[in-house]
Amino acid sequence: MALEFCIFRAPGTNCDAETKHALEYFGCRARVVHINKLISGEVKLSSFDGIVIPGGFSYGDHIRSGAILGKMVGERLKDQLKEFSENGKPILGICNGFQVLVEAGLLPAFRGFSDVPEAALGKNLSNRFEDRWIYLRNDNKGKCVFTRGLEILRMPVNHGEGKLILPQGEEEKLYRQLLENDQVVFRYAKADGTLALGEYPANPNGSFRDIAGICDPRGTILGMMPHPEKAFHRITYPDWTRTGLEGVGDGYWIFKNMVDYAMTLI
Amino acid sequence: MLWEVRIAYKPGVQDAEGESTLRGLHALGFDKVEEVKTAKVFVIKGDYTREEVEEMCRRLLANPVSQDYTIAEVSVE
Repeated sequence: MALEFCIFRAPGTNCDAETKHALEYFGCRARVVHINKLISGEVKLSSFDGIVIPGGFSYGDHIRSGAILGKMVGERLKDQLKEFSENGKPILGICNGFQVLVEAGLLPAFRGFSDVPEAALGKNLSNRFEDRWIYLRNDNKGKCVFTRGLEILRMPVNHGEGKLILPQGEEEKLYRQLLENDQVVFRYAKADGTLALGEYPANPNGSFRDIAGICDPRGTILGMMPHPEKAFHRITYPDWTRTGLEGVGDGYWIFKNMVDYAMTLI
Repeated sequence: MLWEVRIAYKPGVQDAEGESTLRGLHALGFDKVEEVKTAKVFVIKGDYTREEVEEMCRRLLANPVSQDYTIAEVSVE
């Protein structure tokens, strides 16, 4: 039986095709579903084995990036998503999808889904749309089901609002909680895997503690700013002819882990 | 009813747009400009009370982690 994944679509989503390709590469079915069909109940999340909220500029990124779709997801799909997540099924939010998960209160979700956001993805410190290839280090100790066995990865970022912000005055306390829960997943790094330590350009947005991706306390919801679906094949890398690298790219492994994990649930 | 909602960064949250604007003004010779802060203003028309507009801020217009909001009633001409 082939796994079936749901890829959310909203006005302004633009990475759904690459995400669909990534999942179909593993022989899975991937269905791009408009958010209105999910809200109306025409399509039920429970029939899927995993969810990806892809990158793009949902609702024009008006108000804040991911805010409008985030509230639709957080308020109108909360019960369905809660059930989905309690069944251990994986949810991946990429770039705008990460912003949606944070605005929806699904991440960091220290004490379960929250009604108001517990974090923010603020404007890049460079005040630019950062659109280039960066390095990531997987700092997760093993809880995150998407990143087992991964070390240093290279993939692109394409965002204007990616700086993780935690509530002021509570940063260190919440950071310790993230570490204790093993919720820190990716950090921006240099090519050799040493951390960016906030330095531009290795850290493209000034994110707190170089954090590029976090998971929920269960490890089955991952939000990340960089784009694994755009680094799925080596031929999408800017230097693939020079370096002679072929085959799959670093993003492949995140989807492979997601699919392998989802297989264990059926 | 016409409401004006102003969303600004909390003190201490870096305002990158404000900082670039400051640099731009300095470049034009306005060198006495000490600081620039940006904010976003929503003008909302509809029969709602202040409490309801506050709820709009909490549920959508502001992210409480990084932003503050102020609400003002605008007189209708």
